[in-house]
Amino acid sequence: MSHRTIIPIGPYHPLQEEPEFYQLLVEGEKVIDIDVRIGYNHRGIEKLSESKSFDKAAYLVERICGICSTSHPLAFVQAVENISNIEVPERALYIRTIIAELERIHSHLLWVGLAGHFLGYNTIFMWAWKYRESILDVFETISGNRNHYGMMKVGGVRRDMYEKDFPWITRELDKVVDKVIMLKGAVLDDPVIHARTKGVGVLTKDDIINYCALGPTARASGVDIDVRRDDPYAVYNKLDWKVIVRQEGDVFAKTVVRVLETLESLKIVKQCLENMPKGEIDSKPKDIPPGEGIGRAEAPRGEVIHYVRSDGSNSAVRHKIRAPTFMNFPTFKKSIVGQTVTDATIILAAIDPCYCCTERLTVIDAKSNKEVMGSRELIKLSQEKTALLKKEMGIE
Amino acid sequence: MKNLLYFLIFPGFLFTAICGLVASWVDRKLTARLQWRVGPPWYQPFIDILKLLGKETIVPKGASKLTFLSAPLVSLASVTLVSTIVWMVDLNPSKSFVGDIIVVIYLLTIPSIGLMIGGFASRNPLASLGASREMKLILSYELPFLLAIIVPIIKTSGAIRIGELLTYQLGNGLIVKNLSGMIAFFVVIFVLQAKLSLAPFDIPEAETELMSGPIVEYSGAPLAIIKLTKAMMLFTLPIFLIVMFLGGISTDGINIVWGISKYIGLLALVSIIKNTNPRLRVDQALKFFWGPLTVLAIIAVVLACMGL
Repeated sequence: MSHRTIIPIGPYHPLQEEPEFYQLLVEGEKVIDIDVRIGYNHRGIEKLSESKSFDKAAYLVERICGICSTSHPLAFVQAVENISNIEVPERALYIRTIIAELERIHSHLLWVGLAGHFLGYNTIFMWAWKYRESILDVFETISGNRNHYGMMKVGGVRRDMYEKDFPWITRELDKVVDKVIMLKGAVLDDPVIHARTKGVGVLTKDDIINYCALGPTARASGVDIDVRRDDPYAVYNKLDWKVIVRQEGDVFAKTVVRVLETLESLKIVKQCLENMPKGEIDSKPKDIPPGEGIGRAEAPRGEVIHYVRSDGSNSAVRHKIRAPTFMNFPTFKKSIVGQTVTDATIILAAIDPCYCCTERLTVIDAKSNKEVMGSRELIKLSQEKTALLKKEMGIE
Repeated sequence: MKNLLYFLIFPGFLFTAICGLVASWVDRKLTARLQWRVGPPWYQPFIDILKLLGKETIVPKGASKLTFLSAPLVSLASVTLVSTIVWMVDLNPSKSFVGDIIVVIYLLTIPSIGLMIGGFASRNPLASLGASREMKLILSYELPFLLAIIVPIIKTSGAIRIGELLTYQLGNGLIVKNLSGMIAFFVVIFVLQAKLSLAPFDIPEAETELMSGPIVEYSGAPLAIIKLTKAMMLFTLPIFLIVMFLGGISTDGINIVWGISKYIGLLALVSIIKNTNPRLRVDQALKFFWGPLTVLAIIAVVLACMGL
């Protein structure tokens, strides 16, 4: 009989920048089973959003995640605009596209760096993050912030872009294109990276469809989905770009998809800068009528859906968020079981998990189908725990 | 008494420790520059060790205390001994004794074994996994290493004394100038990387998988000793290879500069390989060492027998 052990990855582990707990049941180096525990990062944002006005909620949902921080407000404002069919000025749509695509570039570069770090290739980590830096500079020029740009607003965008900045932005982006092409050569032609990522953590097309996986994870397995093309928002339907699809489904294919998508995004941003019309940036909507709306946006990790129900007041009565990582999580069951611990880490990283996006928790008793723990109970639990900790530490 | 002095001060513990820490600074600085960072000041490794020495030592519950704490000391002692032997012979080839190559080869495995024992003793699943990887790695790299080390021995017609090797190279040119020596040296560079457990063979310590594997439970002084051992290995092992293949480091006059530049060159090579490669899987490392490298080493041995 072989000896089985549990290898904990998390809740705090160098592999992750956020708290998350994976238990790998292993036999020697081989992973037999995996258990994912989420809920270390729950902040009750959906509930909080229902007590905020629509303008404030856009600010709030931006704080869901630091990396894909524009896809959430984008999906949210689209959901609100969907309720009352607000017309958004074209210039605002162009600016939204630019912000969303710049975000994809920086997020994918960040992932390439992290993936290098997880493979023990820290040089790639540092280089990719250095290249990402110029994208953050562009963000600072456009919005005043390197992260959390605060650009989205129901009916338009909050800040205009200045034409005088365009030549500088274009130059910066051209530099990034060269660097990404260099990085592409360094990463995609390295024989050791091939050895580590090819044929590892393969997800077939059927797996993706069965688990409803999204984004680059799905596109690397030959599932041709992309909200930007399938349900166009902003100005994606007016621009020339293509959806990157690979058939292999392994970690290498996911890397290729991300690197090539970065180049596509750079192309999109440049086209936006060239074709941006002049005009208003905000349609200044007054009231949101009762009704429901859905907003979809392609975040760097996949499709984000925001559902908003309004009763005619200035805040949502229900705001539901579905982040892409939530859908990509279950694929671990397919991709990790049977692999070695060494490969497990890079497979875990390959879906580019974003835990703070994902953490929305309701505990339901499967037998009686009754809610055991809703948001109120969770808040109570958290308060009790804080009180207990304070008591233990002797504060108060 | 004199021997104890050799062991503790020069060329043993103190000398090796200082040189090792400086070497580890060179490695860190080079790594930093390659990664567009600034890098630490030259005294950083020293204050790191000093700081660790002052920290609390925690022995995990259920761990065997004696084994857990003595394992790092065993590693430290063996690497100090290797350094003493190699340097004594390098400075004065007549001090060599029969079979010192074999002793050194044995002693060079002890740091890894010490790490393994410590890892298993800590009873942490990550440490055990790291220790078992270390074991697999030793098994994989020792075969090509031994085969490659045989080449200089054949060249000097069966001298298993480091001193004889040095005098041979003084008279007949460096081992590495021959075809067989060149191939053997090529093989040994990869083994060097694995013995120092640097990328692409930092498999046992894999930070992002096992949180530094066998040493995950160590803290305070024992951790300082492990770090010091690693730094000393970074100094001792390349010196041993320089003695075996590149004619050692001579200390008279201007030759010392040439000797030091040999070492710095080898160190830079190690650092560059480390920074331009991702980590391999342990089975891939095994295949690499037992496959291409062993074949190369055998070819080198055959060529050496033919006198090339």
